[in-house]
Amino acid sequence: MSVATKSPSLVRAAARAPRRLRWALLVIGLAIALWLPNGLYPAVAVDMLCWALFAVAVDLLLGYTGLLSFGHAAFWGTSAYATGLVAIHLGVPFPVAVLSGALVAAVLAVPIGYLAVRRTGIYFAMVTLAFAQMIYYIANNRRGLTGGENGLQSVPRELFGLDLTDAYYFYYAALPVVLLGLWAAWRIVNSPFGRVLVGIRDNPARARALGYPVHRYKLLAFVLSAFIAGLGGGLFAMAHRFVTLDTLHWTTSGKAVVMVVLGGIGTLWGGVLGAGLLVRLEDWLSFSGFEAVGLVTGGLFVVVVLVFRRGLWGTAAELLRRRSGLRRVRGGEQG
Amino acid sequence: MVGTVLATHALTRDFRGFRAVDGVDLAVAAGTVHALVGPNGAGKTTLFNLLTGFLRPTSGRIEVGGRDITGLPPERIAGLGVARSFQITSLFPMLSAREHVELALQGRGRLGWRFWRSAKLLGRFRDRADELLAMVGFEELAEVPSDALPYGRKRALELALALALDPVVLLLDEPTAGMGLEDVDRTVDLVDRVRAGRTVVLVEHNMSVVGRLADRVTVLQGGRVLAEGAYDEVRADERVITAYLGAPDAAG
Repeated sequence: MSVATKSPSLVRAAARAPRRLRWALLVIGLAIALWLPNGLYPAVAVDMLCWALFAVAVDLLLGYTGLLSFGHAAFWGTSAYATGLVAIHLGVPFPVAVLSGALVAAVLAVPIGYLAVRRTGIYFAMVTLAFAQMIYYIANNRRGLTGGENGLQSVPRELFGLDLTDAYYFYYAALPVVLLGLWAAWRIVNSPFGRVLVGIRDNPARARALGYPVHRYKLLAFVLSAFIAGLGGGLFAMAHRFVTLDTLHWTTSGKAVVMVVLGGIGTLWGGVLGAGLLVRLEDWLSFSGFEAVGLVTGGLFVVVVLVFRRGLWGTAAELLRRRSGLRRVRGGEQG
Repeated sequence: MVGTVLATHALTRDFRGFRAVDGVDLAVAAGTVHALVGPNGAGKTTLFNLLTGFLRPTSGRIEVGGRDITGLPPERIAGLGVARSFQITSLFPMLSAREHVELALQGRGRLGWRFWRSAKLLGRFRDRADELLAMVGFEELAEVPSDALPYGRKRALELALALALDPVVLLLDEPTAGMGLEDVDRTVDLVDRVRAGRTVVLVEHNMSVVGRLADRVTVLQGGRVLAEGAYDEVRADERVITAYLGAPDAAG
């Protein structure tokens, strides 16, 4: 056979990192997560957690379903407001408030997703953006509920009477919720459902010919993604103890997409890396009194996109494969 | 006379003023191999796309097993036991041959919705997948991403995918297109083997393949049915010869 040069076992090895390496990465990742607020300003570390969830949620759609949502702030922000309102009016422990916020975001994703998944590519992005703008204006007008431009203030941060006013302790209280969200995303990607999503991403017509109702699969992916984005948004509300209209602004959607592209589309963990990097950079720039933060982050974005086409995580994984002397066979383009 | 498993009634499809399929009445008898032939642009692939729901008819009806399926989406038609292959190989570039067939087998159950379970569950389809791959002559390369497969293997995988749905009606769009003689023979043998218990509708340019496989042949031209009958009848038909070779006077 003409492709005898690529033996099956070799291809399989190239497709996924070796088991031992994956475990090592997991341990290193957990160690970093546990150490983070000791090495950084704890409030920044908490922000990283929230944005990591948001970026992973966007990658679930962009990388694994082939849908670029440019309106995910709708779910992040809606969950932030819902979480805040639940915490203010019901005084429940904060993880319960965050979960209910994420649920509200998931419910909102049903009608928006139902209409949006009927379109692909730029049209899908525009439809999601349009809905997000609608939510933004609704939130701005319903001042009685959202506080309008003043935002939702003094959100209580309650957990069985523990004192979580210090961001350092809140970080460790929030970490389990984040790990749960990240695990959920990983599970979805590596499930029978995830396999169908990748099929739909690569060849929707073929998936339909195999009997898969493509729209309904995309809708479920959209709702699950909104839920995970909602977890991040709810935690964000808890972390800052107030919610502003910024959480619903289109630039918030854009920031999450930038994080995914920085880390690497379709790598899942790349989103975590991108979130960590961007949050750290923005904090460092604003702390040093630099005015044009967007100029630097935008410049970084351009450089990464041009130099590392697969994003930081994707490129690192690629180099690792090369170093083990294995040719990458998966993925269409040449490195 | 055996029952009709697939039928169209005055099936018509327009594209911006151009009528690609024009009032086609087709009756495919259960258990037969029925070939659709005709020059390029005769409407064969459009007809296929109508039959499988990838296109909606402008007018007319389609029935499968007496049930009206006009306007149903492709996934529903596939669920009713009508499977198709594609003329231009249509695969998932990142998935291996085995993963393809597993995905096709999984489509018949509800497992595809289980986002909270491990993808390792797909291992339960492995034996059946390997069986189907062996059937189409795929003993090796089952783990290579389909992108890296040679052309003949991709075509074989197309067939395995359609077979994985265990279809009542198997629609094959030019299964031997672009194949060498040896692969053509293999494909003919394969279709001959898998036709047991099913009905096969075949779009094919290679007349020797049609002659060897088809019980009945429908000739299309300009979107209309030009002739229909057994292979030998159709081949001897004046109108068919004209359609393929040009008018007798023009040919001298």
